[in-house]
Amino acid sequence: MEFIKQPWPWYVAGPLITLVMVSMMLFGKSFGVSSTLKTVCSIGGAGKVSEFFRFDWKTAVWNLFFVAGSLIGGYIAATYLSPDQAIDLSEKTVASLEGYGILNPGVEYLPTSIFNWGNLLSFQGFLFMIIGGVFVGFGTRYADGCTSGHAISGLSSLQWPSLVAVIGFFIGGLIITHLILPFVL
Amino acid sequence: MKNLKFLISGVLFGIILTKAEVISWYRIYEMFRFESFHMYGVIGSAVVLGIIAVQIIKRFNVKDIHGNPIVITEKSKVFWPPLLGGTIFGLGWALTGACPGPIYIVIGNGYLVFIVVFLSAVVGTFLYGLVMHKLPRR
Repeated sequence: MEFIKQPWPWYVAGPLITLVMVSMMLFGKSFGVSSTLKTVCSIGGAGKVSEFFRFDWKTAVWNLFFVAGSLIGGYIAATYLSPDQAIDLSEKTVASLEGYGILNPGVEYLPTSIFNWGNLLSFQGFLFMIIGGVFVGFGTRYADGCTSGHAISGLSSLQWPSLVAVIGFFIGGLIITHLILPFVL
Repeated sequence: MKNLKFLISGVLFGIILTKAEVISWYRIYEMFRFESFHMYGVIGSAVVLGIIAVQIIKRFNVKDIHGNPIVITEKSKVFWPPLLGGTIFGLGWALTGACPGPIYIVIGNGYLVFIVVFLSAVVGTFLYGLVMHKLPRR
């Protein structure tokens, strides 16, 4: 039990993620999370304005159970399996964040000085939460997959479009992290 | 109930990504600065083992629990959608610190403001549906 309560190293987490992917395949489905956002649009009636959302969403309900489970898993892990949330970040990362005025980087899972309700109406909060969220939803659908569908499932089955997508993930991530964050953190 | 197995798989996924700190904004920031091996180890080991698993499934024609052959979903062989879409997603990933799976898991971790990130991602998906025909498709 003590081991479970410690942060899990990469060589435990990576193989377990493979296990999740394989179990989905054995259940006759393919592992990929971002399509649930499309399903939510369809259920909400988006099919009225775009044929992209006109499909029988009942065939995708299984994936809503998966993401509902993920949310519950996040609650269980945070509530019962994590005595504290401190993250052992690299010293360079901590130093850079402190340089931008982020207090106590890594004490929680994310910088609550940015991600909080009061900050939503500021430029910073709007950029990180709302613009960021819109990019995630738009980009994953245009790319036809996210980290699970492309980086894990797609690369595992050696598909070229998935490698292109992962290169795209890094182009976008590097632009924000190195060119934009220094000005908005 | 046939959906229970997906719920349970999801619970495990949520626990794994929380305990491995994959859902942490800080870990994503650190990854894009190449200052830790952690995220590369998680994704890299998952992919290497995934390649082996998929090869085994193909070689031995492994069937799913319903007795049907396992079909690997083929991504359409296009260039600009994964590159441009991937880049836009990357912008969002580095801002929110969360890809779609972690958005749900972060909410479960009690950071309820991520409900706004989730709704924004739904809006982003909806906007894609509106303009998809005006975007490069090959």
